[in-house]
Order: sequence, then C-alpha cells, then structure tokens
Amino acid sequence: MTVTAEAVGARPTAGVPLLQAEGVIMRFGGLVAVNNVNMTVNGGEIVGLIGPNGAGKTTFFNCLTGMYKPTEGHVRLSGVELPPKPRAVVKAGMARTFQNIRLFANMTALENVMVGRYCRTSSGAFTSIVRGPKFKREEVETRERAQELLEFVGLGTSTEHLARNMPYGNQRRLEIARALATEPKLVLLDEPTAGMNPLETRQASDLIFKIQDSGLAVVVIEHDMRFIFNLCDRVLCLVRGETLVEGTPDEVQSDPRVIEAYIGTGTNDEEDDEEGTTGAQDAEDTP
Amino acid sequence: MITIPNIPESVVARHGSKAWPMGLAGAALLVIGSLLSWSIDPQVLGNLSISLNPGGLQIMVIAQGLIAVILLLADKGPLASLDQFADTALGLRALATWTLIFMTMVVVAITVEAGGLVNVEPGAWICFLGAVLLFASSRLVLPTETRHLSEASLPGWVEILIICVIMAALLFGTAYALGLDDAWQFVFFLVFVMGLVITATRAGALSWLGSITTRRRRVLILAAFTVTFLFPLTQGGSDANMSIAAQVLVFAAAAMGLNIVVGLAGLLDLGYIAFLGAGAYVGAALSTSGFATIGWKPPFIVVVLVAGCFSGTLGLIIGSPTLRVNGDYLAIVTLGFGEIFRLTMFNLDGNNGPNLTHGPNGIPAIPDLEFGSFNFGDTHVLFGVPLARFSNYYFLLLLLIAFIILVFYRLNTSRIGRGWVAIREDEKAAEAMGVNVFGLKILAFVVGAFLAGMAGAIKAHVDVSVTPDQYIFLESAFLLAAIVLGGMGTIVGVLIGAVILKLLPEKLRFFADYRLLLFGLLLVLMMRFRPEGLIASRRRQLEFHEEDEELALRVEGDIAEVVT
Repeated sequence: MTVTAEAVGARPTAGVPLLQAEGVIMRFGGLVAVNNVNMTVNGGEIVGLIGPNGAGKTTFFNCLTGMYKPTEGHVRLSGVELPPKPRAVVKAGMARTFQNIRLFANMTALENVMVGRYCRTSSGAFTSIVRGPKFKREEVETRERAQELLEFVGLGTSTEHLARNMPYGNQRRLEIARALATEPKLVLLDEPTAGMNPLETRQASDLIFKIQDSGLAVVVIEHDMRFIFNLCDRVLCLVRGETLVEGTPDEVQSDPRVIEAYIGTGTNDEEDDEEGTTGAQDAEDTP
Repeated sequence: MITIPNIPESVVARHGSKAWPMGLAGAALLVIGSLLSWSIDPQVLGNLSISLNPGGLQIMVIAQGLIAVILLLADKGPLASLDQFADTALGLRALATWTLIFMTMVVVAITVEAGGLVNVEPGAWICFLGAVLLFASSRLVLPTETRHLSEASLPGWVEILIICVIMAALLFGTAYALGLDDAWQFVFFLVFVMGLVITATRAGALSWLGSITTRRRRVLILAAFTVTFLFPLTQGGSDANMSIAAQVLVFAAAAMGLNIVVGLAGLLDLGYIAFLGAGAYVGAALSTSGFATIGWKPPFIVVVLVAGCFSGTLGLIIGSPTLRVNGDYLAIVTLGFGEIFRLTMFNLDGNNGPNLTHGPNGIPAIPDLEFGSFNFGDTHVLFGVPLARFSNYYFLLLLLIAFIILVFYRLNTSRIGRGWVAIREDEKAAEAMGVNVFGLKILAFVVGAFLAGMAGAIKAHVDVSVTPDQYIFLESAFLLAAIVLGGMGTIVGVLIGAVILKLLPEKLRFFADYRLLLFGLLLVLMMRFRPEGLIASRRRQLEFHEEDEELALRVEGDIAEVVT
C-alpha cells in the first residue's frame, strides 16, 4: 500500500530504546497492583504483554500513559521523562487504545479520527471564528489525514458511519486509527483482538505488522497466545504485578513458570494455587 | 405521544368508501359555518357575530377547511400526483384532530366568555359538526406507502420561492399574533399554528423542508435575517410590541451565549445571568448617566468590549477552580456565584466598600445611545414607517445576535467544536487522545461569559436602569429552560425556545400567577417525551437515546452531511 509509509509519519530508528519504564510501582492503598516492573521498547519493535487476569497489565498501561500517576518509578520516552498527564504523553508520541472500546460513539468514523489530530493542530478560538487561511489549511489537512488513516486501517469506505453503528471489529480498527492520528512513535494496544473470531484476529495481526512496517513500535496486551507469539519480537509476562519472564516468544512459551502461572501445576504448590483458579479460563488460549 | 386507537379493520372495510365524501362534506361545513355568525355577543373573541364577515378565528377555520379539501383531493382525486410523495392520510388525521380541538375550544370559550351555551350561534355548531365529520372520515382513510418527500425534485426557483413564502408567513403571522390583544384569540392562533405545523410534519412536509434548507442554507439565512429585519416595519410605528421584541432579543442573545456553555461544551451553568448583569453594570457605570459611578466615558463600542472582557474575566475566575471538578459541583458553584454577584451589587453602595452600584437603587437614568448624529431615543423614518426607540435597539440587538450566532456556529464547526463533542462523549478518552479537556471547558465558559457581557452592556441602555433584582436566579433558570425547551446545541431551537419563554408571558398575562407552574409542567413533559427539545440537534438526540439503534441509523446521514 502506498499510504503505508507516509500515513503514520515519524520513523524512529529501529533498535534504539524508545520507551523505558524503570521500577514502576503502583499501589492502591495496601494493594500493590504493579510491583517494580521494568520494560524497554526499542524503535520498530512489537512487544507483547501477557499475564493472567488481574496481573496488572492494564494498570501498567495506565501508568505508562499518564492515566495513573505511578507511586514510584520513571517512564521515559526517547530519553525524556513523561509527566503523568495523558495529554502530555500523547503529545510526546505515545497513544493507546482501550480494553473496552472507548470511541466517541455519536461521532462518525472520520470525526473520531479527526479528534485524534487535535493535539497536532493548533487553530484557536479566534482563528476558528475568523476562518483565516491557517484554519482552512489545517481543516483540509486534518480531514485528508483522517481519511488516509481510515484507509490505512481498512475503513476507507465507512468514513461516514457513526462509530456506534459500526461492527465490533471495525470499532477496534477505528480506535487504532484514532490512536495513529496523534502521530505516535509508540502505540499501546489493550487487547485488540478481544471478542474477535479467528479471521478478524488474523486481520488484526496483519494490521499491527503494517503499523510496525511504517516505523512504529507497538506494545500489545493480549490473552490469545497464538496471536501474541506469532506477532511479537519480545514478550513480557506479568503475574501479580511482577515481571515473571521476559524474552523471545519461544523462550516465554517454553518457560514452565508461564505455563504454571496460567494453568497451575496441579500440585498444591502454594505459589500457584490462587493463580491456577483465576487463570483457568485463559488456558484454552494457550497453545 | 398521544395516539388515538385505530378503528377496527372491519369497520374501515365496511365504511371506507364513505370516508371521502364525508370528509369533503365536513370541510364544506367548516367553510360554510365560518361564513355564518358564531356568537350572539359581539364582544367575545373578536367580533364573530356578523354573517358573511368572518373574524380572525373564522378565517382560521376556513383555512383549515381548505387545507382539508386539498389533502382529500390529493388522497383520491385530481391532485393525486401529490399523494405519492406526501402522507396525506396522516396529515388529514392530524388536521382533523386539531380542527376538532379548535372547534371544541371555540364552543367552550364562547360559553365561558359570554356566559352560557345559549350564546353559541348555529354557525359555530355547523363548524363543529364539520369538524366531527372530518375527524370521523380521517380515521377511515388508510395511510398509503409513500416515497419520501425529500425525493421530490423541484426546480431551484420553486424551492427558493417556498422558503420566501414560509418566511413571509412567519413575518405576518408573528405580526398578527403580537397584534392580538385578547389572550383567548392569541391562544386560538397558537392552537391553529400548532395544528398546521403538526399536519405538515405528519404529511412529511417538514422532512422535505429540512432537505431544502440544508441545500439552500444561504437563501434561508438571508431570508430569516430579512424577515427579522423587516419585522419593525410591520408594527406601523407602534413601539409597544417592539419593547417586547427588544426584551425577547436580549433574552435570546443571552440564551445563545449560554448555549455555547451548556449545549456545546455540556457544562451546567446555573448562574449565567450574573455575566449578563456584570456587563449591564459595566455598561451603566461607564455611561453618561448622572448616576454613573466611574468617571471614564469611552465610546460605546469600547464599553461593549470592556463589558465583555470584564464578564469574561469573571468567567475565568469562576471557571478555573471549578471546571476541574464534575458537572454537579460546577452547577452548585455557578449557582452560588450568581447569588454572590447579586448580593455584591446590592452591597457596593458606599457603606460597605466603594460606591460602584448605588446598592439596591441601582444605576438609573441611563441615557440612550448615540452613534454620531443617530440617537437611539429618537424616532426615525424608514420606508415611510416611523421607527421609535425600541425599534432602534431592536436593530442593534439583531446585529449582536447575528454576531453571537456566527461565533457559535463557527466554533461548533471547527477543531474546537469537535473537541467539545469528544468531551461530552467520553471525557477520559478525549483526554487520552490529546484533547485539552480543561482548556476547552474554560474556553466555552469564557466565550459564553464574554458574549453575555456584551449583551448586558446593551441591555443596560434598553432598560434605562440597572438594579440587582433584575439578575436573580430565576432568570438563569429561564435561560436554561429556553435552551432545554428549544433544543440544546441548536441555533434555531434555542431562538424559538427564547421567544416562547419570553413572549408567551407577555401575551398571556392572565396566567401570570401560574406561569412558573405551567413552565415547570412543560419542562417535565418535555423531559418525558422529547428530552432533546423542540428542534433536536442530531447529535444531542443520539446522546439522549443511547439505546435507539434505529434512530442512530436514520440520522447517520444527517450528521455525515454536516461534517463533509
């Protein structure tokens, strides 16, 4: 596709550390949801984040994107410390999607993506009222860019549909397009294939490869192990807020501790007992 | 809403063939009866006592009869080509229902006003019978499948002509309604207009009108402004109605300003009247009134800007700490601010702090504006019609409203407007997508306050004096009610809401005691049956009907049309 490269813009050098999270701790009262997690994402890399339900994956995402202020630890993007403010994080070049889709339901697909362009445009109230040349130029650019991005994710024909009227799979794509509209260097996808059938899942992984091809780094939370191990360059497994294993898909896949964490050992080993029950429903996803 | 149960099919099958002649007979009776005397007492409801000299109400019924004939002929007859586009049967039902309501009200009104049923003359009874026949026949006519009226393509000039005719009808209808001194007649006129509007809606004419107006927006805007501009000329030099009109425009200007805060940004502001008041006090204090408390006398254009900036600054001061919290808190804080403003103005009388406002006495004797040699207090002649003081202010206020509408529309259809929608939809997600949520809320608050300040500066001159008791909480509530009633986030809706809320109490003084009760009831009914307001903003309608998938599919095209 010709739009691929230009559509997503910034092209950081591969291999250089882009996101560095060091010693992130998130406490809610007495509960430690994320305990001393370190993660590094290099430019152009796809990193998977797995772990049983309640392991703290989404909380960790929220810490990275400034939705939560981590109790301790640092998050750096391209070496610059990120303040715990979602808007500043987006501006710095990190965008996300949500586990439970959070589109602007009563806006059209095009408008949703155009909202994503908000932080990269600057027409103020005065320019908007006077409708000066800057306003017109920005509006046209915003619209064209949004259209390009919708085509990039495969929604080129449903730009005028209301988000709430779109099929589930397309809503997920639209959320990705909206995130890409903020011109990120790194996209965080929170369960992008939840509730999808195998065909849709395959299309989703094609899309994520396409995003990688255009020079972006991606972090994916997922429960679908086949999807994750097929997609990612590196996988991080969180259990009870702590990093259990980090490595290539093969390493993580064959690590007995990961399998234990998900399905338990069957023995009365006290470490795995609780996780065995909570993680049981995810077991069927494990290859 | 209220639906009359359908007649069983067996009855329709047996008597369906009689519907058409029965309807025509009913329509004929309506026309004939209206030409006869309705009432013995000539003092009641205008003069309805002379045969072959129909009064206002009788002309309305003749019009209803003629429209019924047209609809019947379209249903089955020479005008049948109309039927393929319009829901004539549904239109006929609505018309017949409203005609019956109208005639029932006529009989009741004559009985009550003239003191006894004996005062009702045969003419009225003939009309009543006609209405009953028409009603019965309309229930027997079956609705047919029709194409959508918006598919009917007419030559461009016809569409423009229709817009002009509607606008002219609006102009003369308003002038006529304002000219009615008798409250009963005013009510009857309202019922008549409501009947016509509902008939047109049911027949599908309104959706067609909607499609014309989106295609011919420029013509429509031009026509609307021409009509409002021409309105003072219909008053024949009388300033009585113009004073009401000027008050309506001040109210409408404030409502449009509040509409930015409430309708676009979705913030509940219960103390908005304070910003209008702040502007009015600035306008008064900087005026050339002998009671003005500030020595500086800049030209009026500067005063308006200073008033706007002063109100805007107040908005900033109130907004910055409170807009970080959720909607309910904001409502309470603004409610408090409104009271603080009023009490402050009440107390800045020199005894407690500086004498800026003369306390409860306010600043009286504010002189009329003067632009060069044009004094707003003088009577000027335009096209042979003398235009007095309030007409002059009317034009100035019209200019202000045009400006406010421009600001409203352009902000709404820009990056900022998109941001506001996103905030209304999902504040957290908007923030996570890089929208400056706090900044946009503040912006809405300050722009709203600024516009109210400008309106206030003009209001000070229209009202001649500024006192604290003009800016009580009830006024804020009425502004909010105008928005809710008319339709949050719309331009036309809020203007209509403002006109209804300000004009009706002026014309219907006999229910002044029950005014709050009736408005309360009206709002409750609106919330139950049509929460999106009389004229619904498509997006707001969707927000109010989260579950309605059918609606979402239906209005999708409308929203996309506005976007692209």
